[in-house]
Amino acid sequence: MLLTLSTNHTPATDLGFILHKHPERVQQFELPFGTAHVFYPEASSEQCRVALLLEVDPVALVRGNAGGQGMLSQYVNDRPYVASSLLSVALGAVFSSAIAGVCKKRPELVEQSMPLTVELPVVAMRAKAGLGLVQRLFDPLGYSVEATPIELDPSQTASQHSYLSIRLSANLTVKQLLTHIYVLIPVLDNTKHYWIGQDEVSKLLRKGDGWLAQHPERELITMRYLRYQKSLASTALEQLLQATAPETVAQTEADDETATTEVRERQQSLHTQRHNVIVQRLKAAGAQRILDLGCGEGKLLRELLKDAQFSSVVGMELSTRSLAILQQRAERLPEQQRQRLSLLHGSLLYRDERLKGFDAAAIVEVLEHLELGHLPAFEQTVFGFAHPKLVLVTTPNREYNQLFPSLPADQLRHRDHRFEWTRAEFAAWAERVASTYNYRVTIEPLGPEDANHGAPSQLGVFEDAT
Amino acid sequence: MELGIPEFCLVILIGASGAGKSTFAQRHFKPTEIISSDTCRAMLADDETDQAVSADAFDLVYTIAAKRLALGRLTVIDATNVQAAARQPLLALARHYHVWPVAIVLQTPERVCLERNVGRANRNFGDFVVKRQVDNLRRSLRNLRDEGFRVVHSVTPEHVDAIEIVRQRGWSNRKTEHGPFDIIGDVHGCYPELERLLLELGYSINLTPGHNYGFMVTPPAGRRAVFVGDLVDRGPDSVGVLRLVMSMVETGAALCVPGNHDDKLARALAGRKVKQTHGLAETMQALAETDEAFRQAVRQFIEGMVSHLIFDDGKLVVAHAGMKQALQGRMSKHVREFALYGETTGETDEFGLPVRYPWAKEYRGEGLVVYGHTPIPQPEWLNNTLDIDTGCAFGGALTALRYPEREFVQVPALAQYAIPKRPLEYNASQLAAQQENDHVLNLSDFQGKLKISTSLMSQINLREEQTAAALEVISRFAIEPQWLMYLPPTMSPSETSQRDGFLEHPAEALDYYRRAGVNEVVCEAKHMGSRAIVIICRDSTVAQARFGVFGEQIGVCYTRTGRRFFNDPELETAFLQRVQQAITKLNWWENFDSTWFALDCELLPWSAKAQDLIRKQYAPVGVAATASMSAAQAALQQTVTRMPESVELQALIAHTQLRQQAVQGYVDAYQQYCWPVQSLDDLRLAPFHLLACEQRPFYDRDHEWHMQTLAALAETEPRLFIATEYRVVDLHDQAKVEQAIEWWQSLTAAGGEGMVVKPKQWVVQNARGLVQPAIKCRGPEYLRIIYGPEYDLPENLARLRKRGLSGKRSLALRELALGLEALDRFVNREPLRRVHECVFGVLALESEPVDPRL
Repeated sequence: MLLTLSTNHTPATDLGFILHKHPERVQQFELPFGTAHVFYPEASSEQCRVALLLEVDPVALVRGNAGGQGMLSQYVNDRPYVASSLLSVALGAVFSSAIAGVCKKRPELVEQSMPLTVELPVVAMRAKAGLGLVQRLFDPLGYSVEATPIELDPSQTASQHSYLSIRLSANLTVKQLLTHIYVLIPVLDNTKHYWIGQDEVSKLLRKGDGWLAQHPERELITMRYLRYQKSLASTALEQLLQATAPETVAQTEADDETATTEVRERQQSLHTQRHNVIVQRLKAAGAQRILDLGCGEGKLLRELLKDAQFSSVVGMELSTRSLAILQQRAERLPEQQRQRLSLLHGSLLYRDERLKGFDAAAIVEVLEHLELGHLPAFEQTVFGFAHPKLVLVTTPNREYNQLFPSLPADQLRHRDHRFEWTRAEFAAWAERVASTYNYRVTIEPLGPEDANHGAPSQLGVFEDAT
Repeated sequence: MELGIPEFCLVILIGASGAGKSTFAQRHFKPTEIISSDTCRAMLADDETDQAVSADAFDLVYTIAAKRLALGRLTVIDATNVQAAARQPLLALARHYHVWPVAIVLQTPERVCLERNVGRANRNFGDFVVKRQVDNLRRSLRNLRDEGFRVVHSVTPEHVDAIEIVRQRGWSNRKTEHGPFDIIGDVHGCYPELERLLLELGYSINLTPGHNYGFMVTPPAGRRAVFVGDLVDRGPDSVGVLRLVMSMVETGAALCVPGNHDDKLARALAGRKVKQTHGLAETMQALAETDEAFRQAVRQFIEGMVSHLIFDDGKLVVAHAGMKQALQGRMSKHVREFALYGETTGETDEFGLPVRYPWAKEYRGEGLVVYGHTPIPQPEWLNNTLDIDTGCAFGGALTALRYPEREFVQVPALAQYAIPKRPLEYNASQLAAQQENDHVLNLSDFQGKLKISTSLMSQINLREEQTAAALEVISRFAIEPQWLMYLPPTMSPSETSQRDGFLEHPAEALDYYRRAGVNEVVCEAKHMGSRAIVIICRDSTVAQARFGVFGEQIGVCYTRTGRRFFNDPELETAFLQRVQQAITKLNWWENFDSTWFALDCELLPWSAKAQDLIRKQYAPVGVAATASMSAAQAALQQTVTRMPESVELQALIAHTQLRQQAVQGYVDAYQQYCWPVQSLDDLRLAPFHLLACEQRPFYDRDHEWHMQTLAALAETEPRLFIATEYRVVDLHDQAKVEQAIEWWQSLTAAGGEGMVVKPKQWVVQNARGLVQPAIKCRGPEYLRIIYGPEYDLPENLARLRKRGLSGKRSLALRELALGLEALDRFVNREPLRRVHECVFGVLALESEPVDPRL
């Protein structure tokens, strides 16, 4: 990766003094992750340009230096070629005196503003953030910004990744420019950084001294610099602003993480609504022993445990990771609630003795995550074998998708959805299952209903008819 | 003096205190076979005479005895057992576990007992105790058989020293007989069909009037017939069948287990009152026309039959109505009743017949249970059980199973001799019984630690976290388990090469096999695509009938982790149809006598499956690297015009040039394997293993055979199939070895991924165990997309050479054993659970953290 910095200040070669790097030499600096080279493509009194060429060691990135674990798991990685936190570290090491504002031979140069231009030939950007972000970050600091997208391989146009070549010009001191760059390169890059720790907060504050607190995008900068480590970020912000702003923090995070095609179907409200309906149903049915099949993060479990009518609440989950988190959380529950809860690792595609003899099973937004070919096994397992007296199944209503403006036609709401059903499709399935396994079924809309497209979700209520 | 006892029984010693029971037990039984009440008292209270803990001590005795009997271990109870009340719980245990209770009574005189007790510490209970014990014993003696003891041995002091206990083989135990057998279903008096069936099976039948019931039957060399019972009633000539079968049993040409009809006949012949229905009246009438001696012989023949027989080291069990695992090899009234009638639920169906308890659905035994009793249209496999009663008397067929060949031989009924109460086709489902049963697998069979036995590796152990990972992967992503009959093993690269510029080179792969004692290898060009398993059926009815899947599917194409290959169902169908048509054109359905085939292939282009990966990782890295290197080079070029003399700058320029070339090489490499897929015509399928068909798996054929056989597909359907280039290399011929290396060089220079070296035989074992089934050897340019664009710069290569292959290789062997075991089990029509276990195992092993670049 390369960074060049140039000036047409007279004499331009003053740049060499400020940076403590002689324009007529090619110098080399060993860093923990590679080698930095400094040389001057131009060095006349009219125009001086210094280049920092960082040769990142691709093997060490994966394997680490001492043969241990490196930062990355993939050798095929853009990290050695783009401006990233590694470049900031290199800047900090190679131009440390300039950043600190030390220049023994020509101390007056430190405080001297001059026309400076920095060029970053490859910066990784998320497609959406794009050019706008570069401007939001650098405009307030007085830069004129030129950012040019790098053409992708024509056959891969749909890629979410894009790269920009960036050229920034401003009339600043070298120290100011270097600290801006130091902080803002990782913010632009916004992939994993490899230096997150408590001392990063102080580094950020030090480098941001005098400009970050006034920067209109300070929350974004703090969040991204500290790579979404909310706790670190809020510590930094607190110190920066002497005021807590957790809401702003959370929002900023959400704004920026829209990396997937998942749709926010006003997640919070619909989710809660679904759970409320389920809990009411179970309560009205007088059910005591409840299965939550595919309990995920355990939101419904938490609701169920609040009501003592549900004397035994069993959550089953396929993902061992989710289950481990659930188990940790369960240990923090009050004793009375914890005793009523059990957690199982299991799959809805295998017959499971442990699921027998329950009053009710809730299967909330799970169906659509199953492969269609697995449905017969699912039906037998739940309706045939476990056969709870009441089964509540919810699944998205595909017809409603049209009302999500950000969802392209023909796309499903979630990457892991294998299908989404129209109201008629769900009804047909439910009827067939009910008649095969001796249930009575009614289907209800879940969520605010649209006159044409129905509600966002649909609920099948299956009652044992034997 | 010899005392005979069954090899598996509950021996209850009976004798007063001081009678010498413990000494007797220790002399004749293993210490671990003996459960002594004294020892149990001591375990609980540190004192073997502490009567206060007697009740607890006996609980312990019963508990240990129950566990041993459940496990099928001979057990000896060393306690006084002089009172009926004390023996009663032991007899109940014997009944519960279906073993014979054997009494061994030590009739030591009171005087001797008293003398012995005097000599022992802690036996200072009054003489009256021993006297009472001896009295109790004397009173018990004549009632022991009525209490339920099947064997009673009395031992007197005179010959106690001369006694030898002889363990007799269980009646049903014929484990040392390995066959081959011809197991014949319910004959029910169908003499003409039986005669034809025997002839078809290669038996010769000579008539010997007046001698040996009138027949002399000679089986084909080494073979033996086994009848599953129900020889009589309903058919035209029960007497003829009896004569024929009795003659065969007499000469050892056949064995027979009793059926409920035979049993009822014996009871009728014994003069017991039985309802003469379901054809018994006619059988009795026909027997009335024979002589008394024959009738008595029939009765003895039936009464002498053992409820069920176990053959071939336990791998084969024959019983009339089946035999559940817990009862196999055991003896009790209940076992006999199970063998004759099976279990019923107590309900009756709409035809007034008792509803049978589906024991076979729950069967998990290692032994194949072959049985009859329940007439069905075609023989039916279910969980390693097989019903071969195809209702001959009802106009069906008489069926024989050749064992171990597992082939059926059938003779259709010449007439319908009786009308079944319940039609044969009743309950017949679209799916076979096994598939109906298998449609959903039981989680308990796959959760927690698993041990899988395979023919190539005696036991493969899976840890709990591995099986949990497999459960997750299968449930979320895999196709229906019914299709999943095989998953390929991972493949190790060759040992790391020390040659300049190379990380992998064929010399090491070839050398590995030479050192492993392999003489000939097959080198196959490696296609850079995605691994694909293709199962293709002749039509959708085959898919339903053989695989138990629903709908109109004619096959499936899945990835190495069991995921459906195609997201687009129309493209998948078109693809499968093209495969199907090619096989039809080649007449493979007829030539291989199979309705389905499984192929192991590479599906190209790589981008067809890896599009996402290319879009998100490979292409962006290429773009960023290219832009980055050209910017660096431009800055350096500008500098060099200013400082032409700088040595440091020259070196940096040279190094940057190397890096730039490496990046260009990387872009060229990944783009080689990408082309847009707009339609089926853009896909290429390179099959390299013909895995299996209905008749057999093909892993015993060498790779040259596979290459040649599969090449025919490419000739027939070049729009889809490509033949894989290969070379057979004699490892002792240095020139051939050199040629193979040169071939690899030319393949990789032309952009090829590299090659796979396999021993000519698929499965090779040497003294150290299994040999790697294949080793890949990837080309230097291709490796850029694995190890990154600049991997081959000298400073990088030196470090990348440090890589360990042993973990990967060990996985490859275990996964090979599991994959081939899955094929075997599927072809042998084992229950889905058993097939699934193996593919589940492969995925569980794949959850191991192994360097993904290997």
